[in-house]
Amino acid sequence: MEGNIIFSMRDIEKRFGATHALRGVHLTVRSHEIHAIMGENGAGKSTLMKILSGVYTPDAGEILLDGQVVKIRSPGEARALGINLIYQELSVAPNMTVAQNVFMGSVPRARFGMVDEREMNRRTKTILEDLGARFDATDLVGTLSIAEQQQVEIARALVHDSRILIMDEPTAALSDRETEQLFRIIETLRDRGIAVLYISHRMAEVDRLARRVTVLRDGAYVGELTHDELDQKRIVQMMVGRDADDFYQHKRRTSRGAERLRVEGIAGGKVKPASFSLYAGEVTGLAGLVGAGRTELARLIFGADQKAAGDVWVDGEKVDIREPLSAIRRGIGYVPEDRKNLGLFLHLTVLENTAVNVLSRHSRAGVLNHRKLTTLTRDAIKKLNVKVSGPDGIVGGLSGGNQQKVLLARWLEIKPGVLILDEPTRGVDVGAKSEIYKIIHQLADSGVAILCISSELPELVGICDRVVVMREGELTGEVSGDDITQENIMAYATQANAASIGALGTIASGDEPS
Amino acid sequence: MTITTTNGGTQRRHKLTFAAAFRRLGMLPVLIVLYLLMYALTVYFGGGESNFLTASNTMNILRQVSINVVLASGMTFVILTGGIDLSVGSILAVSAVAGMLMSLSAPFAGLSIPVFLVAGLLLGTLNGALVAFAGLNPFVVTLGTMTALRGAAYLLADGTSVLNQNIPSFEWMGNGAFLSVPWLIWLAAAVVVVSWFILRKTILGLQIYSVGGNPQAARLTGIKVGLVLMFVYSISGLFSGLGGAMSASRLYAANGNWGSGYELDAIAAVVLGGTSLMGGVGSVWGTVIGAVIIGVMNNGLTILGLSSFWQYVAKGIVIVLAVMLDKWRQKHGQT
Repeated sequence: MEGNIIFSMRDIEKRFGATHALRGVHLTVRSHEIHAIMGENGAGKSTLMKILSGVYTPDAGEILLDGQVVKIRSPGEARALGINLIYQELSVAPNMTVAQNVFMGSVPRARFGMVDEREMNRRTKTILEDLGARFDATDLVGTLSIAEQQQVEIARALVHDSRILIMDEPTAALSDRETEQLFRIIETLRDRGIAVLYISHRMAEVDRLARRVTVLRDGAYVGELTHDELDQKRIVQMMVGRDADDFYQHKRRTSRGAERLRVEGIAGGKVKPASFSLYAGEVTGLAGLVGAGRTELARLIFGADQKAAGDVWVDGEKVDIREPLSAIRRGIGYVPEDRKNLGLFLHLTVLENTAVNVLSRHSRAGVLNHRKLTTLTRDAIKKLNVKVSGPDGIVGGLSGGNQQKVLLARWLEIKPGVLILDEPTRGVDVGAKSEIYKIIHQLADSGVAILCISSELPELVGICDRVVVMREGELTGEVSGDDITQENIMAYATQANAASIGALGTIASGDEPS
Repeated sequence: MTITTTNGGTQRRHKLTFAAAFRRLGMLPVLIVLYLLMYALTVYFGGGESNFLTASNTMNILRQVSINVVLASGMTFVILTGGIDLSVGSILAVSAVAGMLMSLSAPFAGLSIPVFLVAGLLLGTLNGALVAFAGLNPFVVTLGTMTALRGAAYLLADGTSVLNQNIPSFEWMGNGAFLSVPWLIWLAAAVVVVSWFILRKTILGLQIYSVGGNPQAARLTGIKVGLVLMFVYSISGLFSGLGGAMSASRLYAANGNWGSGYELDAIAAVVLGGTSLMGGVGSVWGTVIGAVIIGVMNNGLTILGLSSFWQYVAKGIVIVLAVMLDKWRQKHGQT
């Protein structure tokens, strides 16, 4: 059935200091409908949703609920209007029961101001049954899985008679089966007349769920498509603002150079014995669902975790890598996925972050040669086009894209033969993304063997010469040349044949930390 | 942000340089204000006369803070890695007693200075090993060594004071002067300069900031985090040993109670100096200013004749106020 328009936003503007986060965004939401909001990282999706749920107030524009102009000044007011947001990072208290979490902030009172536990548990139980949850109202939330904790959050929204439910990248941390269950819950809610706003940048999920899609780019409204108009190419073009080929800057390399890295039977943790090689001048992708063991495999090669078995050869020579330092000495670089926690020193300067791996080369008897380090950093800033005031700029103040470039600069200083990039464009804006692809290609052309881990299939298809795929800790397949398609990668990642998973399946990713 | 775009640029730039200057000065303005305030108070209560500003009183303040500056410099290293060293006072006591005992043993009396320093260094290294390689929490480790070493100091001194009026090898430390400035002050200054040099000019220094800012990232860039931690606790121990030598020399004595509570003064100086207890941010210059702030307070309040009980109260209030000011300053320095 066609729902009625219950909610709309017009000409929404929002600035944070110099950043123009939203510029004239429109959004129209109908009941009985799932409405997806798509856009690259930094496109303004989350800001828009925070305005809708009262976390931010817009600088300009109006919000209409049932045709009436409303002002939403706080999350409490949003909730009173029936608008609930389920955050990307779950906000549940693990030390309390499910019912206590569901009723947090709105505890039913019995006489003398005591908590009416029986009423609380009873009502929670009804909602959980509705959701098809397989846990009890009295279970401790800390004992539940991530997917179940998410159901607790959904239950919390339902207890407040939600009319509009906003979900921000809800499948980021879920397995396939859990994702499917979540989709069924979302569809049930839709059929009850709740308008669901679904934020994602995954085509497959949007294709599966949404009747309408609003696309944002760099804070601006690009357009609205209905389900029939959904088309991968068109959406990518709307999201990135140009043709995909131009965006990924890819020119297929026809020949590859010598073998630079070979691993045989490397295993440890959840990684089962894996063997493969990387070649000079080739960009190799490493695909798989979240939890497939891609990062773990990279960390074993780099020596960040102890391997249980297996051998590694660098440039034909067998090496014994037990810690990152020995990998670095062999010319292996590793740009971790979690830039802020595992990569950068946010309090320190660009110079210090860039030079930290090559200090001994630019010092005498342990005393640093600041002039040489400054020159080196200036060159790196120029080469990678980092937008910063100078070598003394503090890295914590830079944008995601510039931070990533600083991290790349650090690893380029060791003149790597092998460079492992773990989600190199996560949390990076569109412009910087394209520049990072360019840097990757330049490195490959200069003879570096690159291993690129990514959860974004279009990215892998766009930049890789070859893609190896992992599933549950095991290497399950390899595709190269024209066989690199999202369908083929997904088939290996889920071990199903391409046709049976329909359009794309769901490739999960952790996504922007903001 | 309501600045309009047309004149926003210049206004911003002006504000930024002001903020940057303010940030660079750190707690220095607080020290100056406090100094002048103390002067005014001593003049007011001294009936129009005060010797607070005289050279000899200034020298007095510096001499009084010298041991705390030495301990706090070591503490700065530790806190920059995100750790803490509660055992500095106890290490000072053990080294002081050990060195004084050595000065009493006729043939080896000349070896007292190495004994002070080596005792401190070894005990600091013990802390470092427990933190770096046994992977224990620094607070817990040094709480343990603080308690145990305090006991060890009493045992070593046999429960009494070790006295010796005849200490030619290190008498100069606490009582001599060079260019009419006491050696205590020269030693503290040397410790500060060495600390500054290590922290700002060497690979090791940058690695200390890296480990404090982000230990996991430090490991992934090939920094030997364990060795860096060993170093900072060792140097903190070494400086505590030097502090032991300085106080033993000054008083021609040592006992098990020496230096108790010094760890808190050292931590206070570091925090007052703007070093973050989370690690990764701060400098040894800040620590010096922090230590001098405490010294000016102690000296001024004593001249004013305030009871020592009230001095504690005043000192505590100043510490909290100064750190609040620092937080406000940093917040406004960034935007």
